[in-house]
Amino acid sequence: MDKSKQVCKPQNKTTISLQNVTISYGKFEAVRNVYCDIQKGKVTSLIGPSGCGKSTILRAINRMNDLIPSCSLNGRVLFEGADLYDPRIDPVEVRRRIGMVFQQPNPFPKSIYENIAFGARINGYKGDMDQLVESSLRQAAVWDECKDKLNDSGYSLSGGQQQRLCIARTIAIEPEVILMDEPCSALDPISTLKIEETMHELKKNFTIIIVTHNMQQALRVSDMTAFYNAEIKEGAAGGKCGYLVEFNDTDKIFNSPVQKATQDYISGRFG
Amino acid sequence: MNLFYKHTSRRNLSNTILTLITGLFATLAVLPLILVILYVLIKGASQININLLTQLPEPPGDDLNSGGIGNAVIGTFVVTGIGALIAIPIGVGGGIYLAEYSRNGPFSKFIRFGTNVLSGVPSIIAGVFVYGVIVSTKVIFGSNFSGLAGGIALSILMLPTVIKTTDEGLKLVSDELRKGALGIGASKFITITRITLPAALTPIATGIVLALARAAGETAPLIFTALFSFYWAEGSEALLEPIATLSVLIYNFALEPYEAQNKLAWAASFVLVLIILTTNIISRFISKYASSK
Repeated sequence: MDKSKQVCKPQNKTTISLQNVTISYGKFEAVRNVYCDIQKGKVTSLIGPSGCGKSTILRAINRMNDLIPSCSLNGRVLFEGADLYDPRIDPVEVRRRIGMVFQQPNPFPKSIYENIAFGARINGYKGDMDQLVESSLRQAAVWDECKDKLNDSGYSLSGGQQQRLCIARTIAIEPEVILMDEPCSALDPISTLKIEETMHELKKNFTIIIVTHNMQQALRVSDMTAFYNAEIKEGAAGGKCGYLVEFNDTDKIFNSPVQKATQDYISGRFG
Repeated sequence: MNLFYKHTSRRNLSNTILTLITGLFATLAVLPLILVILYVLIKGASQININLLTQLPEPPGDDLNSGGIGNAVIGTFVVTGIGALIAIPIGVGGGIYLAEYSRNGPFSKFIRFGTNVLSGVPSIIAGVFVYGVIVSTKVIFGSNFSGLAGGIALSILMLPTVIKTTDEGLKLVSDELRKGALGIGASKFITITRITLPAALTPIATGIVLALARAAGETAPLIFTALFSFYWAEGSEALLEPIATLSVLIYNFALEPYEAQNKLAWAASFVLVLIILTTNIISRFISKYASSK
């Protein structure tokens, strides 16, 4: 709970800025009017009840929503000052700078080594591949478990190890931002703990944005927390439309939230 | 109260009888397959010897011990190979488009519908079509009946199977894998060629092998296109000339009044059944090998 000292340092720099972002599926708004500045080198968690649009917002940051044909975005998403939804932007380039880890561990059906090397190679990595594989796996805290079986299939690992392999795979492309969409929801508590430890390490080199349903996790890993809520609305996607309620330092959100909805949610009164 | 099983009760009796009837029908269903294979094996296997596989067929006559089907065996492989060379790139490419690029709009629906219709088109129609478009017009270097035309006719028959298995094989690949690749900055092309296509290789390969097996046994499309030849396919223009195939050899020789030719037809049937059986077993092998991985 004494993280506030770090958070209040003055050199905070915005890396991603959401400006009046509204995302719709077809005619229905899923989340609306989000303003949010995400700071470099911090872990930001997005929390909120199901259907509040936090995953939708996360996917908007590296244009994964492009894969959903009916999805459209209004407003601006700035990454280091560049508008990611400018028609001249190449989404592939965006995803090279802003990597993503998914809810389900999804290693490629290749060897552990190749899982890491694949992304680096297609991104034109020219250096020592062995070294990159080792350092990526080390940073993701899974090196000790797979150093002796780098040529085995990625599927031979346990769920938690697979997820850390996926994190290592993302680290290997040396992005600036790593997005994590409920990375621990399919994992047991011990694997979850390991991934959280990994995130503390990663914070030194990357900006991390994590969507989580687990408020304790948000409290443990993140510097900043954004609380989203959904209101029942006629004609919205799933009958609900999400919005950003409160965005602040994690300990402020959890200890002295400004909004009543935040207070209710973190104290478990709904959601 | 008596809880013991009673054979004579109405319910148990009808149960037993109906079970026996379904068993009987199941046996009847596989009986033709077994009989055909057995009959061909018995009639054909006795004719098999090394000369048969290395010699050319003789002109119709009574000489029982001369002549072989060597050129037809090679011809079957050549014509099916040509068909595969045409059908695999087009079919796999079309399947990739349907599964990965199309957004289920009217165009892709039309292609899927067309593929289904094409797979139901009788093979003789494919033969007549190629005859009308290629053979009678002599568009390919002025050649008339040719192995190339035969291959094209077979490719038409293989195409729907290849498209369908590619499409369905790719759809079975988990979306998580695609997202994973895109999420680390892979382009769509790289995602397909390096991740999804390798993951779907087994169903695609199985489909291709099955399509090959079907095409290898086709007769009707070849009668109109590849015709038949009593000679080896030799020289630089071999593919532009009529070529012998097992199925057409069987068709021609089984109708001859001479016993020598009829025997060759049986031998060719045996070889053809063996080839098709082997390809089917290979396709099963492919899918087994991959599912054990």
